[in-house]
Amino acid sequence: MRSDLGLIKNLELSIGKIVEETWTEPVGPTPFPSLTTLREWDMKLLQRYKPFYLPFCDVCCLCTFGKCDLTGGKRGACGIDMAAQQSRIVLLACCIGAATHTGHARHLVEHLIEKYGRRMPLDVGGLNIQVEAPITRLVCGVKPETLGDLEEILDYVEQQITHCLSVCHTGQEGGNLDFESKVFHVGMLDHVGMEVADIAQIAAYGFPKGDPDAPLVDLGYGTVNIEKPVILCIGHNVVPSVGIIDYMKENGLDGEIEVCGLCCTAHDMTRYYNRGKIIGPISWQLRFIRSGVPDVVVLDEQCIRTDAFYEAQRIKAPVIVTSEKNCMGLPNRTNDSADAIVEDLVSGKTPGVLILDPEKVGEVAVKVALKVTPLRKKFKAIPEVDEILQIVKECRQCGDCRRACPQDLHIPEAMKAAMEGSLAKLADLYDLCVGCGRCEEACPAGLQVHSFIIKAGEKKLKEETYKVRAGRGPIQDVEIRNVGSPIVLGEIPGVVAFVGCSNYPKGGLDVAEMCREFANRRYIVVTSGCSAMTAGMYKNEEGKTPYEEFTGEFTAGCLVNVGSCVANAHIAGAAIKIANIFAKRNLRANYEEIADYILNRVGAVGVAWGAYSQKAASIAAGFWRLGVPVIVGPHGIKYRRMLLGRADREEDWYVYDARTGEKVHVGPAPEHLFYAAETKEEAMVMIAKLCMRPNDTTKGRAIKLTHYIDLHKRLYGTMPEDIHRFVRTIADIPVTMKDEIIKILEEKGWKETVIPDPTLLSRLIRKKKE
Amino acid sequence: MVMSAEPWQTAEIPGPKKALVITKPEVVAAMIKRAQHPVLVVGHKASETDFEGGKLVDFIIEFSKKTGIPVVATAHMIGEFAKRGFKPAAFMPAVDIGNRLVDPSWTGVDGKGPHDLALFVGLYYYMEWTILSGLKHFAKHLKTVSLDNVYHPHASWSFPNLSHEEWVKNLKVIMEKV
Repeated sequence: MRSDLGLIKNLELSIGKIVEETWTEPVGPTPFPSLTTLREWDMKLLQRYKPFYLPFCDVCCLCTFGKCDLTGGKRGACGIDMAAQQSRIVLLACCIGAATHTGHARHLVEHLIEKYGRRMPLDVGGLNIQVEAPITRLVCGVKPETLGDLEEILDYVEQQITHCLSVCHTGQEGGNLDFESKVFHVGMLDHVGMEVADIAQIAAYGFPKGDPDAPLVDLGYGTVNIEKPVILCIGHNVVPSVGIIDYMKENGLDGEIEVCGLCCTAHDMTRYYNRGKIIGPISWQLRFIRSGVPDVVVLDEQCIRTDAFYEAQRIKAPVIVTSEKNCMGLPNRTNDSADAIVEDLVSGKTPGVLILDPEKVGEVAVKVALKVTPLRKKFKAIPEVDEILQIVKECRQCGDCRRACPQDLHIPEAMKAAMEGSLAKLADLYDLCVGCGRCEEACPAGLQVHSFIIKAGEKKLKEETYKVRAGRGPIQDVEIRNVGSPIVLGEIPGVVAFVGCSNYPKGGLDVAEMCREFANRRYIVVTSGCSAMTAGMYKNEEGKTPYEEFTGEFTAGCLVNVGSCVANAHIAGAAIKIANIFAKRNLRANYEEIADYILNRVGAVGVAWGAYSQKAASIAAGFWRLGVPVIVGPHGIKYRRMLLGRADREEDWYVYDARTGEKVHVGPAPEHLFYAAETKEEAMVMIAKLCMRPNDTTKGRAIKLTHYIDLHKRLYGTMPEDIHRFVRTIADIPVTMKDEIIKILEEKGWKETVIPDPTLLSRLIRKKKE
Repeated sequence: MVMSAEPWQTAEIPGPKKALVITKPEVVAAMIKRAQHPVLVVGHKASETDFEGGKLVDFIIEFSKKTGIPVVATAHMIGEFAKRGFKPAAFMPAVDIGNRLVDPSWTGVDGKGPHDLALFVGLYYYMEWTILSGLKHFAKHLKTVSLDNVYHPHASWSFPNLSHEEWVKNLKVIMEKV
């Protein structure tokens, strides 16, 4: 470089990144929090909602000191006790869940940057959604504006997950509550990872941008035109599906091929392409593959049956695996020509391939589907009725199928009826079966029990034609402004989010019924993932599904599908935005204050009725740290511990009045933070109860009590016995029940109290008591 | 089903400490008589399970009346009891009663002090064994008994996997002997 001052030779300049600060909000106290930054907040929650441990197993079998017997207060060879061991396993599960979403986000962001560049703006809703990444802003204290900005957020999340995972190592953390705090931490990180994944794909792929009128898309086996070539995509990462859809469109094949999906990739596919079909939740995998309808099976990542390749081989459908995380032992053909791969798959020379280039996946899948369809004639793996009636005679009535069934279904009785010539009892099991296939694994005679159930229920399967609103993504800022006041004041009785998987105790109808019940009661009802699909698998007397019956706008009496698993971030995001947009609380790196606001004021409850996975565990953990209670179905008790409040311990239910610094008793609102309900009835009563918050106005509390009491009376047949814990002043009492409730209050020795400006954070007290 | 002390659900294998098998129902009757402050937790399946022309819940009501053992109804069982004119001592979620039972300072469903014996019946198998596991590990002051017809490895005492007929016969013996 030559200048007036002189000559500089061999000068090298390297500019990594120029940070342009455009966000004027001051940075809050906790940007990019470490493992212990929010520990005090966690301990406040854990003091009130203490863990109740439900060990899955008496021993620890994680290291070579063991197995160690931890029964009756014994410690293992490393010194760990059972409480710490259980919370360690919960942390491990949540690390797996968070790593799964974050790994998904990383792959997605890398792919999209390669395709669209780092500078691609993160537009997830234009002027309607200016707070585009509420969780990221809250946790990290940064405002991402481009795809490239998401990389450093993922750097932070990955670093923290690694730290949390290392905590699970033998000879690390010893305190169970500290493990629990780290569970909250990794749950929080999980929500950041999910948010990154979904806003990246919304911006890059043009998914609905917070659109209340996102299109209604087809749902159910019966919506698939089986005369056409059918490509089935299973998993969570939409990138290969986009490759398929783009190739079809570019080659004028749109409408010539059915592209359908199972699990969350189906949601995301229909957010991109509204002619895509959602077959159903994760539990429909076996039944749909065995039906013989799919001509090509494409697997991406997460929630895939690991025997999907084997199952696809049974119907002679070629398989394409597309993710580094799920190679299924198949040869890597990424660098081969598409036509060579197609030839090998169509000829049967190879039953499956790994292709790590999504565009090539698209070309190969489409070409294979077109060629293989006429050859294979939809070959089924499910026997015909006559065959079944013959084969079932081999049943020994040993009962092992029932003992293996997670739902304890009465399979032996149904098999016995089949031996006598009737498939009716097997057909009855169709609605209750979660599709795990454990019955077949258990059968000593090798009978295809699950296939028998599917055949018996085939008529129902073929009649499955429903509608679900495509995942809309974030909630608009204006919607938050509109509902913020009635939610916080309690006039909208609550926000209920039905999320998660499909390990339902009595089939999926429960979810649809609960959604309808609370939407009809003018709650804000939100869905995502497999639950969103299940909610759609129901029709009212007029033949309408709940998505046709209720509005998609985030308002009282709605049914809002935010999208796939990673779109769960928008549910947490909505709660955060209520605190930020409506209540004008600072958002930037201000985690404790926002969580304190949500816990005390936002009547939100998550319901994961069929939760089964580690991802569901970490999603729940993210909600806990934000102060949102989560109800799981009865199988959720197998997550090894609950976080339960004790309504009978008055000392647990005090908050500060931010106006005066006085400690005020506010009752058990919300009573629990994590809780497994035994039945649908119990869940519904508890949803209404857990929506109560200390800040409810008298009018709002009266509305919430009305729903709680009404549901209690209808489903339990009695008045609740804890009304006195929720009535703060006479004005809280629902007018129509005044006399009845006052009598109860008198019997309980109830005394009036004040309604404070509630907080658990002493630093938020405006005028401290002298 | 064969009479066996294997856990009812496949792969529900607990570890070193497993429930003693109730081979004689008289043992349960003796435990109940010896207990200072027993409690009976009744899950929703009690209203679905057949029992001698009625339902299991009908037997439970008679059992509670005869023994004076306070009943905790879980889930929507409170309504089933109410329909039959019976008022349980308490109703609360199954996880709630489990959580209270691990607390040695809890004064019980009737305020008369900590329970020393908890009997369980009518929950989902997997809910019952997880709650019993929690109690096995964290409620040293408490003995637990499962009255279901399947083996619950985490209880202190449990029936083995029994046929319906055998189970009914056993429960009737307990009723006679208490």
